[in-house]
Amino acid sequence: MTKKFSLTVGPLQFNWSADAFSDFYARIADEAPVDRVVIGETVCSKRTPFYEDRIPAAIERLQSGGKTVVLGSLAMVTLEREKRAARELFEQTALEVEINDLTLMNWARPPFSIGPLINVYNEATLAYLAGQGAKMFCLPPEAPFASVEKLAAAAGECGAEVELWAYGRIPLAISSRCYHARVHGLSKDSCQFVCDKDPDGLTVRTLDGADFLAVNGVQTMSHNTCNLIGDLDRLAAAGVRSLRLSPHTGDFVAVTKAFADVASGAISGDEGLTRLRATAPEAEFSNGFLFGACGAAELTPA
Amino acid sequence: MSARKLELVCPAGTPAAFRAAIDAGAHTVYCGFNDETNARNFPGLNFSRDELGASIAHAHKKGAHTLVAINTFPRAGAVGFWHKAVDDAARLGADAVILADIGLLDYASKKHPNLRLHLSVQAAAANSDAIAFYARAFGVKRVVLPRVLTVQEIAAINRDIEIETEVFIFGGLCVMAEGRCSLSSYATGKSPNMNGACSPASHVEYREEDGELVSRLGGFAIHRVGASEPAPYPTLCKGCFEAGDYKGHVFEDPSSLDAAALIPQLAEAGVTALKIEGRQRSRSYTESVVRNFRKAVDDYAAGRPVVAGALRDLTEGQTTTAGSYRKTWR
Repeated sequence: MTKKFSLTVGPLQFNWSADAFSDFYARIADEAPVDRVVIGETVCSKRTPFYEDRIPAAIERLQSGGKTVVLGSLAMVTLEREKRAARELFEQTALEVEINDLTLMNWARPPFSIGPLINVYNEATLAYLAGQGAKMFCLPPEAPFASVEKLAAAAGECGAEVELWAYGRIPLAISSRCYHARVHGLSKDSCQFVCDKDPDGLTVRTLDGADFLAVNGVQTMSHNTCNLIGDLDRLAAAGVRSLRLSPHTGDFVAVTKAFADVASGAISGDEGLTRLRATAPEAEFSNGFLFGACGAAELTPA
Repeated sequence: MSARKLELVCPAGTPAAFRAAIDAGAHTVYCGFNDETNARNFPGLNFSRDELGASIAHAHKKGAHTLVAINTFPRAGAVGFWHKAVDDAARLGADAVILADIGLLDYASKKHPNLRLHLSVQAAAANSDAIAFYARAFGVKRVVLPRVLTVQEIAAINRDIEIETEVFIFGGLCVMAEGRCSLSSYATGKSPNMNGACSPASHVEYREEDGELVSRLGGFAIHRVGASEPAPYPTLCKGCFEAGDYKGHVFEDPSSLDAAALIPQLAEAGVTALKIEGRQRSRSYTESVVRNFRKAVDDYAAGRPVVAGALRDLTEGQTTTAGSYRKTWR
């Protein structure tokens, strides 16, 4: 049967050790049934020096594993060295680039991708960027399903495709202030890289004790884990062609396999959900931004 | 030697506040239509077409400018509604429109080539290359800088770009890069980007529990204070939470921005205009803040010392911060 979805492994959002980074991409390269892998630091440029020498080998291994490799850009560019790195992303590689900050539009070389941190909320914005050479749009995770349907149709008219954030804690905000440093009583400039203590983000609870958000350095994320595995039929009907799976600790290859099996029709969405509940027993799954009253809403069945 | 004259850009949520701002000395007033096209879409606030037309005419008579904020991101399938807002602002004589969405900038630059375009803080253009893109692609003439930059970074940006910069000087403080924050829609379904509303009153609840007053947003406890204390409004990023062993204001204290003391440094950094936040505030607040800041920019332009701190009583929670302008805030 025809394949309904392309699967993308999104950029690692967390501060993992260089060895954990290498091991993760080696497993994805060798074992994960995915089509594209976006690699690169999107959250904090201070983390890059710890693992950037591992990136070339990771790219090579992913390509040997048959994956299309895309370089992801930093979400918020303010420093001179970040501006330089943004420019070099296009100048120093032939790989496709995923833009997460419009700074990169200065050097964008078609075809490029638009990441989930770019505000593409309507067909006019999508058409403008497609006109500049954007071919794949990972939509903002807060976009409701009604918008997704219209954006997918608009992308089709432009010869582009839309992707949705389908698995993982959702990036909700970015700041120049580092919250990991702040909760550890440190300043950002002498942060001691404490975000490495929380390889899936640090949960923020309300004073009622309810799990609410998660901090990941300068990024604030959802506490819950977005999971659209039960929604693939309605996403396919809406014209969504690609699903983004965002890396977490644990058996992430199993996550990619569950999505691949549901996407191919080998198992049902319910079976896929059951498998993911076993793979990530701690995670609270949600599809609230797309189908619920708010992003924090509990998973609502299709 | 007299220093450079800074433009004071002041908020107006109602026609009465608009007139008060002009009377108090605003060089420029910014406002929006009473719908979801602007980022302060609160009940009872903002301008009808007729009100805006009359206000712009009044401003022009007094030698002041009017900027119309159309700075939410148009909803898919409904961009025509935002196009009409731009068309109407142009027709009513706005001196500029403040936009954030790429598609809307593209529309405005093509449809109204003589309409001056300002880039909203909601676009989060945080470096000179990003700003250059908007200037080149859409002819943007001024950028409102995101509240993530230090004074030194602002100076460096002004050295590198050819368009004007406007910075926030006083009022509510977003701790996140604006236009890139979905915290409110995560808790309530209503977002600044899509609906022009952050932590909307429709989702707020105050309740007394065990001798404490709890304020909630979308069911999530944001503040918990003694029953006799004033309960702060549950703006999500100013709330009290727990993370690991930390208990307190994880994101930001309930403070507001007051960078009056930095007026000389911001002027030397090449800033063109100073912006006061607060379209949702009362007419008397607007009048008082505008009067004080007009005196401050006049004092600076005349080479007199700038007196800061005169507005402490008007700030949320009575504490203020210079925010990201000082590097230690990070």
